[in-house]
Formats: sequence, structure tokens, C-alpha cells
Amino acid sequence: MSATAADIQDSHDHHHGPAHTGIKRWLFTTNHKDIGTLYLVFSLLMLFVGGAMALVIRAELFQPGLQFVNPDFFNQMTTLHALIMVFGMIMPAFAGFANWMVPLMIGAPDMALPRLNNWSFWLLPCAVILLASTLFMPGGAPASGWTLYPPLVLQTGNAFPFAIFAVHLLGISSIMAAINIIVTILNMRTPSMSLLQMPLFVWSWLITAYLLIAVMPVLAGGVTMLLMDQFFGTSFFSAAGGGDPVLFQHIFWFFGHPEVYIIILPAFGIISQIIPTFSRKPLFGHSAMIYATASIAFLSFIVWAHHMFTVGMPLAGQMFFMLSTMLIAIPTGVKIFNWTATMWEGSLTFETPMLFAIAFLFLFTIGGFSGLMMAMAPLDFQYHDTYFIVAHFHYVLVPGGLFAAIGGCYYWLPKWTGHMYNETLGKIHFWLTAIFVNLTFFPQHFVGLAGMPRRIPDYAVQFANFNAMSSIGAFGFGFSQLLLVYIIYKCVKGGDKATAEVWDNPEGLEWTVPSPAPYHTFDEAPVYKPRFEDTH
Amino acid sequence: MKRFLMPVLGWLLAIETANADDWAVNLPVGVTDISILIYDLHMFIFWICVGIGVAVFGAMIIAMIKFRKSKGAIPATWSHSTLAEIIWTVIPIIILIVISVPAARALIQIEDTRGTEMTIKITGYQWKWQYDYVGEDVSFFSSLTQTSNEARQLRSDIDPRTVENYLLDVDHPLIIPVDTKIRYLITANDVIHSWWMPAFAVKKDAIPGFINEGWFQVNELGTYRGQCAELCGKDHGFMPIVVEVLSKDDYAAWLRSQKDGNSS
Repeated sequence: MSATAADIQDSHDHHHGPAHTGIKRWLFTTNHKDIGTLYLVFSLLMLFVGGAMALVIRAELFQPGLQFVNPDFFNQMTTLHALIMVFGMIMPAFAGFANWMVPLMIGAPDMALPRLNNWSFWLLPCAVILLASTLFMPGGAPASGWTLYPPLVLQTGNAFPFAIFAVHLLGISSIMAAINIIVTILNMRTPSMSLLQMPLFVWSWLITAYLLIAVMPVLAGGVTMLLMDQFFGTSFFSAAGGGDPVLFQHIFWFFGHPEVYIIILPAFGIISQIIPTFSRKPLFGHSAMIYATASIAFLSFIVWAHHMFTVGMPLAGQMFFMLSTMLIAIPTGVKIFNWTATMWEGSLTFETPMLFAIAFLFLFTIGGFSGLMMAMAPLDFQYHDTYFIVAHFHYVLVPGGLFAAIGGCYYWLPKWTGHMYNETLGKIHFWLTAIFVNLTFFPQHFVGLAGMPRRIPDYAVQFANFNAMSSIGAFGFGFSQLLLVYIIYKCVKGGDKATAEVWDNPEGLEWTVPSPAPYHTFDEAPVYKPRFEDTH
Repeated sequence: MKRFLMPVLGWLLAIETANADDWAVNLPVGVTDISILIYDLHMFIFWICVGIGVAVFGAMIIAMIKFRKSKGAIPATWSHSTLAEIIWTVIPIIILIVISVPAARALIQIEDTRGTEMTIKITGYQWKWQYDYVGEDVSFFSSLTQTSNEARQLRSDIDPRTVENYLLDVDHPLIIPVDTKIRYLITANDVIHSWWMPAFAVKKDAIPGFINEGWFQVNELGTYRGQCAELCGKDHGFMPIVVEVLSKDDYAAWLRSQKDGNSS
């Protein structure tokens, strides 16, 4: 049930539960907690769907030679693995955190547009089913890579318009969610919390929402132009008709680069919530962190062609994009230093959320270093389209984005369920995951530098040793995530009772409501008092 | 005893040299001035990253050891310092300026196609390359060799390790002269491909309907192998590049024989 004016007028002891029970509850809910849960469960499911595709890839790459799949199906797996992980897993995961936590953190009773919220979620399973169904169409799923470059993508079979439509649905879902988040944060915040006083997770989602609104329509435009070229006789991307395939790359990456910051900024936000709690010390440089996040978002618009250094760009273009890309290292570095300074002279404990956050600091930074190397255009001539790139983006996405999401999950599970998760199992899950993720992706730096291109199902014999290691790591990493499902399931079912605070004196309005959080919270705006005068 | 020892030693030596390649972890230095320049810049930036990593990870590790609650650490209450923010913004800016200067210089050198002595046109096809010696009326296709192609078929049961230069061998390699600044023009016939020769540090996209340009000058005789570096369909992984670098005299003789072959 949405929070109507009548509800708010009610005494705050009068709690309504869900309006329906069973399937109807989940289909028709407009409650931000329910919708957050839907996003998170969906994303966990997609982790295994996209993960299964990754295991098909890694099984084939375990040894030189083709043992399991033909090259065209391999490319379909590569394409769908990325589309599902990016649009079906990691983005919905952070949308789930936004739904659950943003209203709680700003003292709002729900999101501003609760019915739109429901639609934003339910578009996703429809889109993903449509996308996955292309595997069974004549010609198979798109096999062009998630980047959908023409002319190759126009060789896709019957699946082509369905894939484009699925991309449109995924984009619309994100745009609607972004609008909802901005309106909620700007209008429904408790009056006693100024903008600069908002927690970093809320700030990171506010900025991410603007990025989404700015660039998802650009992707929509680009894929519609592909559709036009295929079916309506246009030649946006065909030289024969006066167009240019590289135009698509510009359009795609104008979306694509801000997209990767759309993925990582909420992750940064979660890390900024976890580290201060387990350091028992406020986030260092609260304002600087906000400005750094905003700088990263702004800069993300002017670096896109660093994905295109080999297309035949004029020297001036290469120079500009090299320098602008290097600039992003500055605010990103500032954030790493601020997190480290938060830990410095703190009083640290290492529960599972903190373990994932610290692993994020180490491993995302490694991904950042390879990113800095790739920013140097002359070097990128050797790195581009090799496994060095694959290693880079998996480091920032997996021990970067995914670890932040998993850490956030452990951090807020007790608030959501009212039970503590099993800490011993959590630590085991952490160590298995951390070890296997490095075994999977670190050797990929080596084979990339040594000469192995990406998106190939088979490779020259000298790359065999590291590929075998990477494949073993991938299977270990994949199966270790089953432990996460078990831990979450057991926690939902029962466990030690969680207090409202859950952790040791954490800061934030979400810790002032009971655990589990009641179905409706903050029917009346709470009074927010910043804990330290320092944190302005 | 000796009859067994020599073959065993020989076998061990072969494993040693064969396996050296199997554990390659780095870029090749390569055989052009540009590839050496790029390798040096790569190592320079790599070591800077290692240095930054040691400093940052060092601070994190010290914090995790010294400031544990289990050791009785009491948390400080400070939480901001404008001076710190300035210092750790300015120092990275300086590091970036230091890195960008040699990178910009290298980029300018790479884009300078003046003074080339011959031109080769490279065309990417699904799934092979075509080489055209501009002005010489010599042109041919270059495809994956038969032995590699048989072994790479799905469930071929042929062990790739028994195929020499598996997936990196072609029927008609590109033949070029040493110590010659060679201009290449590159385009494609169907979809986007990319011509990548790691030993020359050359990678350029082949775009249908457009012509890209670059150059290389190889300092050492030898045979060099590369691959297509832009997803171009099902056999993207099976259209390698082989370049044989001959002495100028041998190249001239080869070119003559190709032209004689054409005219007969």
C-alpha cells in the first residue's frame, strides 16, 4: 500500500502490513522495502544466470582447442553474459539497495512515486526473459559482444529486434527508477537533514540518477538507429549510404563510459557506509567525498573515446581523451585516500561486511592501476581488445562493484530480516570468494600483455597455463556463491536476534528503526542530528 | 649411462625454452623503435603504479594491524583535513603530468607517417586478410593454415600442441623488407576487423568504407605473429597475421618473383 495522506495522519502506532498476500503481494507492491527485496532477489538469480554463461566461456577456454561449443555460440555466451551481468545483475542490485535504504537514510516514508517504482522493477524480468529467449531463435542470440557494434551486429538473425527491444525495456526501467530517486531525495528528506549532511550512499545515488537520465536515452537512440539501418533503409552506420560505423561507437561509448560510473558510484556509496561503522570513526572528508563523487560523474562525460583509440582518431582527439581520462584518476584516488584515512586511528573489527569493503579497497585499486595504464593512448594500442582489458574491467566490476554489493548485503541483512547472519559462514564465503576471484582474473593480465586477444573461443598454445588457472578460479568463484545463497536463506529463516543498531554504534537514520524494519517507517519525519560537529 | 643422459638433458632443455613462452607475463619489447618506446613507457608507468600501491596498501595494512579494537585501539574523533585533501590531490596531479609528457611525445611519433618508402594496403575480410603492395601489382589473401584449421574444429581430437604455431600460422604471410619505413593503409570488406602485430606495437581498426593509415619500421629480420583484434564474427579467433621480415635484397628478389608469377 502506498503511503497516502490518510496514513500519515494516522497515529504512528497504527501499522499497515502488505495489502495482499502471496504472489499478489509481490506483483502489486508499492512498498519500497518489498521492491528493494524484489530487485535484490532478482539480481541474485541473475548472478547465477550470467555466471553460468561465464562458466560456459571458461570451460571452453580451460584448454586450447574447441571442446564444448562452436565459435558462434561462444560469442552468444560472451554477449549475453555481459548484458545480463550489467543490466540484469549489478544495476538491479544497486537499485535494490537504493529502494531499501534511501528512504530509511533520509527519514522518508517511501519513495516519491511508489507505483512507478513497481513498474521499474517488473520491467526487468520481462526484459531479461525476452533477451534470454533470443538464444532459441533462428540465428541465435546476438553474438556481437555487449557493445553491439555495427556492421557485425546487423548480421544477427531473427533475434535482432527482440534484443533491441529488451535493451529499450532495461533502459526505461533505469530511467524511471532514476527519476524516482531524485524526486524522493530532493523532496521527501526530513527537513532537519541538509543536502550536505546526507549519507554518502544517498549522495552517490543522487548523482548516479542524474547520470542515468543523461545517458540511457543516448543508448536508446543508438540502438534505435541500428534498428532503422536494419529495417527502414537508413544508413547511419553504413559507409555505402554515407554513414559511418564509428558513429555508433561514439554514441555507444558516450553512454557506455558514464554507465560504468553508474555501476560503481553506488558501490562507492556502500563502502562509505561500511568502513566508518567498523572503524568506529566518521567517514574522513565527508564533503570532499561528495565533491569527488560529483567530479567523477562530470568527468565521466568527456572520456568516452578512450574506448576507441584504435579506430583511426586524429592526433588531437587521442591527446584530449588520453588527458581527460587520466584526470579521472584524481578524484578516484582522493576517495581511496579518504577511506584509508577513515581506518587510520580507528578501532577496527573485521566482520564480514568490513572484509568485503577492505577487499574492495585493495582490488578496486588494482583495477584502477590497469585503468591508468590503459588511459595512455600509445600503450592502449597494445592493450586494446586483449585480455588485459578484460582483466581491468573484471577487477573493477567484480571485486569492485560486486564485493560492495555483497558487503552491503551482509551489512544490512540484519536490518532487513531481524536476524544476524552466521558470521563464521560469512567469513568462509569471503575468503573463498576473494581467493578465487583473484585466481580467475589476475592471470588474465598476463595473457593479455603476452598477446591474447579477447572474445576468442580458442587460443595459441603459449596461453594455456594461465587460462587453465583462470578457468579453475572461475569455477571456484562461481560455486562459492552458492554459500552466499545459503547464508541469506538461513538468515531470513532465523538466527540471533538483531537489535535496532545491529553493529557497534553505527551512524545513520536506518539504525534508529527496529530490526527487522517495520513495513512502514518514518510516517512522521524524524529529527536528524549529526553525530559530530566535524561531519559537515 | 651417458646414452640416457644426453637425450634427457636435451629434453629438459627443450622444456625449459618451450615453457619460457608459456609463462610470459609481460608485453614483448618488440622489434621496432616504437615498440621499444611503448614497452619502456609501459614499464615506467607500471613501476609508478607499484610505488603508489606500496604506499597506499602499506598504509591500509599498517592501519589494520595497529588500530584493531582487539588490541585496545581507541578511535580518534577527527574526520577531515583540508590540507590532507590538497596534498593528496596535488601529488597525483604532478605524477600525472610526469607520465603524460613521454606519452604525448610517443603519440606524436606514432602518428607521423611522413617519409615512408612503400605502402601496403591491408583489407580485413570475414575471416582472412588481404595484402596489396600498392603500385607493385602484387596482391594475395592470407588465411589460417590447413593444419591449424583442422585441429581447431569442434571436438577434432587433434591435440593443438602437436600443431606448429597453432592458430598463429597462415598460408601466405606478409613479406616486408627490414629497416624500411612502411606505410600501411587499412580497410575492411564487411565488418570491422583490427590488425594487431604485438612485436611492432601496431594495432589499427579495419573499418568497411573507410581507410586508416599508419606506419612501422622493423629493425630485425624474423617471423612475427599477430591476430585480429576486433570481434568480427564466428571466426574472429581464426584469422591470424604473419609477417616475414627479409633483408632488402631478399625482399627485392621475392617481389620480382611475385611479379614474374603474375605476368606469366
